[in-house]
Amino acid sequence: MEFKDYYKIMGVAHDATQDEIRRSYRKLARKYHPDVSKETDAEARFKELGEAYEVLKDTEKRAAYDQLGVNYKGGQEFRPPPDWNSGFEFSGRSAGDAGDFSDFFASLFGGNFRSGAGDQATSHSKGEDHHAKVLIDLEDSFQGAARTIKLRVPVMDAQGHVVTKDRTLNVTVPRGIRAGQHIRLSGQGSPGAGQGMAGDLYLEIEFRNHPLYRIDGRDLYLDLPVTPWEAALGATIKVPTPGGIIELKIPKGSGAGSKLRLKGRGIPGDPPGDCYVMLIIALPPADSVAARDMYQKMANEFNFNPRAKMGV
Amino acid sequence: MSTENNLPQFSICILEEQTQLTLDDLCHACAVRAEQIIELVDVGVLEPLGREPWEFGGASLQRARLALRLHHDLDIDLAGAALALELLEEINTLRTRLHAVGVED
Repeated sequence: MEFKDYYKIMGVAHDATQDEIRRSYRKLARKYHPDVSKETDAEARFKELGEAYEVLKDTEKRAAYDQLGVNYKGGQEFRPPPDWNSGFEFSGRSAGDAGDFSDFFASLFGGNFRSGAGDQATSHSKGEDHHAKVLIDLEDSFQGAARTIKLRVPVMDAQGHVVTKDRTLNVTVPRGIRAGQHIRLSGQGSPGAGQGMAGDLYLEIEFRNHPLYRIDGRDLYLDLPVTPWEAALGATIKVPTPGGIIELKIPKGSGAGSKLRLKGRGIPGDPPGDCYVMLIIALPPADSVAARDMYQKMANEFNFNPRAKMGV
Repeated sequence: MSTENNLPQFSICILEEQTQLTLDDLCHACAVRAEQIIELVDVGVLEPLGREPWEFGGASLQRARLALRLHHDLDIDLAGAALALELLEEINTLRTRLHAVGVED
């Protein structure tokens, strides 16, 4: 396992005061909080940061870590000394979820370290709820879809170590579900204590990026290329929608950026969303003599200055 | 995958649209005491539907959890978390809208 340089993660010097550590943690926590940050690795960074802070904010743990870390650098292969842990007793309650921390952390502080959940200790309490994100395709929301979902769940093994286990569930994704909505699977969280009920599993729905449609709540947006003559003269053309191909009448005199609404063709529901079609004018390539002649003819025939409003 | 058909099948509802949550449900799902949920109502993160006994819409759960996470992880009070939550929601709406009209941020 790798040695983790908690000081480097926290961006502080080895002789930083507890105040400096706290200030640095707060600043970085705001930067990398997964609910706030748009950085792609925010979640991993935030976890790492929480782990580093868990150790450095606690003078007992920090002293133990310092003693151990004298001969190590971040990323170096690490093996805890055989007599490790004998001289320290860790009494702290966890602010975070110890189950999320790295193997490195667990090997150092795992044995005597329990996350104190306070009132969970009663003998017949309901099990913990679990939360996970699920990626589905836009089409799944149109048809409703049976999906097999794999989850990695941290569980406690017989020795009290946290290990991750794969779990597979068959889930029916309801028709009309939208990004950001949640489905609840009752009783699929952690088992309860004593006669307590099992917790629930919450799945947050996210859509995969779609090659054609962009999604805003219930509404869909589609960029639709049309020819200059279709836009100018009007035409009835075929348009793909997730519910099937439909015929759309382009009004004559349409321009680039014209927005047409296909009512009720968005995500199903009551009311269903709409599908907005944004026109893009596609120019035929001038890659033959005939095509170039045609453009030349247009240049001669039209008295058209698209930059007239710019005064040039 | 050969085991696929042996798995239990769940039919489920969309939380945001159907569920009416009680104060107890929220406490449990957020793993907090009732006082914290009441405080979330006080600062406007949660809005009960009607009078007591309180019931909350399905979307309340995620708002509550997000506000509590911000409160806990970033060491800000619930009023601050409420403000952050509102701004985050607004940013999210604007981002989605930008994306929908084809502008990537």
